Amino acid sequence: MSLLDVTDLRVAFPRRGFRAKPVEVLHGVSLQVGAGETLGLVGESGSGKTTIGRTVLGLAKATAGSIRFAGREIGELSAKERRALAKDIQVVFQDPYSSLNPAMTVGDILTEPLVVQGATVRDARARVRALLDQVGLPADAADRRPAEFSGGQRQRIAIARAIAPEPKLIVCDEPVSALDLSTQALVLDLFIDIQRRTGTAYLFISHDLAVVRHISHRVAVLYRGDLIETGPAATVTSAPDHPYTRKLLVAAPVADPVEQRRRREERRRLALEGHP
Amino acid sequence: MSTRTRTWRRLLRDPQAVVTAGILLVIVALGLLAPFLAQHGPNDSDLGMVNAPAGTPGYLLGADESGRDIFSRLLHSINTSAVSALIGTGVALAVGVTAGLVGGYFGARTRGATEWLFNLVMTFPGLLLLIILMPVTGGDYRFTMLIFGVLLSPGIYRIVRNLVLGVKNELYVDAARVSGLGNTRILGRHVLSVVRGPIIIATAFLMGAAIATQSGLAFLGVGSKEIPSFGDMISSGFRNLYLAPAQFLWPSLLLGLITASLVLLGNALRDTLEGSRPKPAKVGQGQRTDVRTGPAPVAGTAALLEIRDLTIAYPGPGGESREVVRGAALRIDRGQTLGLVGESGSGKTQTAFAVLGVLPAEAVITRGSIVFEGRELVGLTDGEMRPLRGKQIAYVPQEPMSNLDPSYKVGAQLVEGVRSALGVSKQEARTRVLALLGRCGIADPPRTFDSYPHQLSGGMAQRVLIAGAVASRPKLLIADEPTTALDVTVQAEILDLLRDLQAELGMAVLLVTHNFGVVADICDHIAVMSRGEIVETGDVQKVLNDPRHEYTRTLLDAILDDTTVRTDPPPGAITEGADR
Repeated sequence: MSLLDVTDLRVAFPRRGFRAKPVEVLHGVSLQVGAGETLGLVGESGSGKTTIGRTVLGLAKATAGSIRFAGREIGELSAKERRALAKDIQVVFQDPYSSLNPAMTVGDILTEPLVVQGATVRDARARVRALLDQVGLPADAADRRPAEFSGGQRQRIAIARAIAPEPKLIVCDEPVSALDLSTQALVLDLFIDIQRRTGTAYLFISHDLAVVRHISHRVAVLYRGDLIETGPAATVTSAPDHPYTRKLLVAAPVADPVEQRRRREERRRLALEGHP
Repeated sequence: MSTRTRTWRRLLRDPQAVVTAGILLVIVALGLLAPFLAQHGPNDSDLGMVNAPAGTPGYLLGADESGRDIFSRLLHSINTSAVSALIGTGVALAVGVTAGLVGGYFGARTRGATEWLFNLVMTFPGLLLLIILMPVTGGDYRFTMLIFGVLLSPGIYRIVRNLVLGVKNELYVDAARVSGLGNTRILGRHVLSVVRGPIIIATAFLMGAAIATQSGLAFLGVGSKEIPSFGDMISSGFRNLYLAPAQFLWPSLLLGLITASLVLLGNALRDTLEGSRPKPAKVGQGQRTDVRTGPAPVAGTAALLEIRDLTIAYPGPGGESREVVRGAALRIDRGQTLGLVGESGSGKTQTAFAVLGVLPAEAVITRGSIVFEGRELVGLTDGEMRPLRGKQIAYVPQEPMSNLDPSYKVGAQLVEGVRSALGVSKQEARTRVLALLGRCGIADPPRTFDSYPHQLSGGMAQRVLIAGAVASRPKLLIADEPTTALDVTVQAEILDLLRDLQAELGMAVLLVTHNFGVVADICDHIAVMSRGEIVETGDVQKVLNDPRHEYTRTLLDAILDDTTVRTDPPPGAITEGADR
């Protein structure tokens, strides 16, 4: 049995205007994430990948389908039950600037969820020191505010907040997309390191095939609200079945002029074949 | 703590805040000490003292038409005003903030209900209602202020609701929800802290309004005669204006001082908490330069653009200057593409802006030269730059959407640019724009021409901007991360378009990017920038295959290559058969 089991998920958002038909952004998506596993979810903007993450987190509502976590349906939980689930499902968002409250110190940001879940303030403080150490930040970071940190360091704070309750699943919504190249690699390594140590599972959402290839065990490709391909990371990201995945693969430029010219020609060839 | 202490310190350094707050404190203190300072009760009347002049023993400011001590009444009026202000603003804040938090945070239906309720409250004629309700309040000014507070609350409600609507969709509120925080806690900890500043500012103004209203009602003679109040005193002084004009003066002066102090304090708070101090703006001066010994322009050079020893500095918080670009040197030949690569904060965009002459007002070019077609650009005014900008040197931005005006149709914006650049007729410009849109890969040019920016996708918007940029057949196109905000498949198409246009028009391109793949795809030459300095330049093939500088090597190594795939299996691996 997998840890997260999403079956036939449909999500529609209401449109403005009287009796306007809602827009469906997910048309029946099914995916599984096993315990301790990383499922990479790739798609372009508007494919619905963020909506999947938000629905799993309870921030968006499914119109149909089921979301089971550890065998239990979590699509229709009461607010109280949902809050209890915070121990098991956590999140790291894309934007490290708006995901941390600028008015709070890092220490307060990290202790708050722990205290809400029943830890004493003293225990929470001790735990924060350990957490900061785990994500590679100095201990005195607790007394400072998010504005004093760089993008990469802020994302480490967000990761510390996510791993604080020792969750079984972390939804990572483009967590390295806003970071510089060199920082990106370091933060990805931190994600992998944490997974090896704690055995938490990731639903890793990204538009970047290279990032997903780096961290995922399995990869699912989303195109306009439908999953078009799922499989082991090595297969999907280097020898994909679906023409769209292939198109995605050759569209990403590589830092080698000769190889890039070859890719460009292959992309043009694929485009002539007339796939999506 | 540190930001809060900093705010306090800034407030204490603002003379307007210190003086007005000081005046208000002294006045309130005088009111509190009234029983000790005044020798008579506020309502003790002595018929022998009717209209006694100021300076009469025991009657510092004299006595009024009923022989009551004006000084004592003045001090007790302060207390009446203070209580009015506290009750009025207290009620307005309690009702307005609570309803604003609830109405802004929860769903549309809750908001609809609060909105309707407060709109209803706003339709009541305030002062009239207070007078009509006198029989209900029994003439007690405290009850009247209670009702007045409710009448003031819609203003607070609107401020809070708008702020909460803005904060509600911030990711940190989502993160707090995922952390298992309840709504009450999220509102109290994460939302309230954001709305605090504007509420403090509004409070100062509300207090002034409450005091003025209470005095106004007392002046009209509405309410209890037993309560000493500025309004009542002014009214009595008014009746006695020809006998003893000073009686009118004292209460008016003190009331004026209090309300003026509150308004000025409110303004000072706004300046400090919202930082709305006006900044000196430069108009038409061009970029600020401080170049004394610039190298002489080199005549006869083949380069289209040559940047030498360019140094750009910004003033730091302590007055010292901070260099964001240091001694940068670049050269682009005609028809060539140069990729300027660096991480955020490396100064690559600043360098590009300096060529365009659009550095922010604080920036100063302290050294160096920018020579375009043999002409020195450093030190030109805006008027001298204008014939170059948009005609010889064009620009494509990173965020296509924020560079199109949302309230005008796309076509109209492009036609305006083409007309100013080429000086052609409206009809001619329209024909050219339609042709260009078609050339830039837009399927249905007339339809895009008549669209508003929000009707376009990001890729389409970037095509539109590229069409606008190349309309004047520029010699140099500066593209600042032109594909960063786009999907990879769209990015590839835009790069194709840029490559084709370049070949067709023979223009040079300065491409600012952080992506080595983009450089490999489209550039002939590369310049790598780190912390304001250009650390390596050269042929793309050479630099990417054999980087000389340590930093270039680090960056190239950080690229997630095609070959690394995760190999360690997950502990609880699930079988592949379960997948679709």
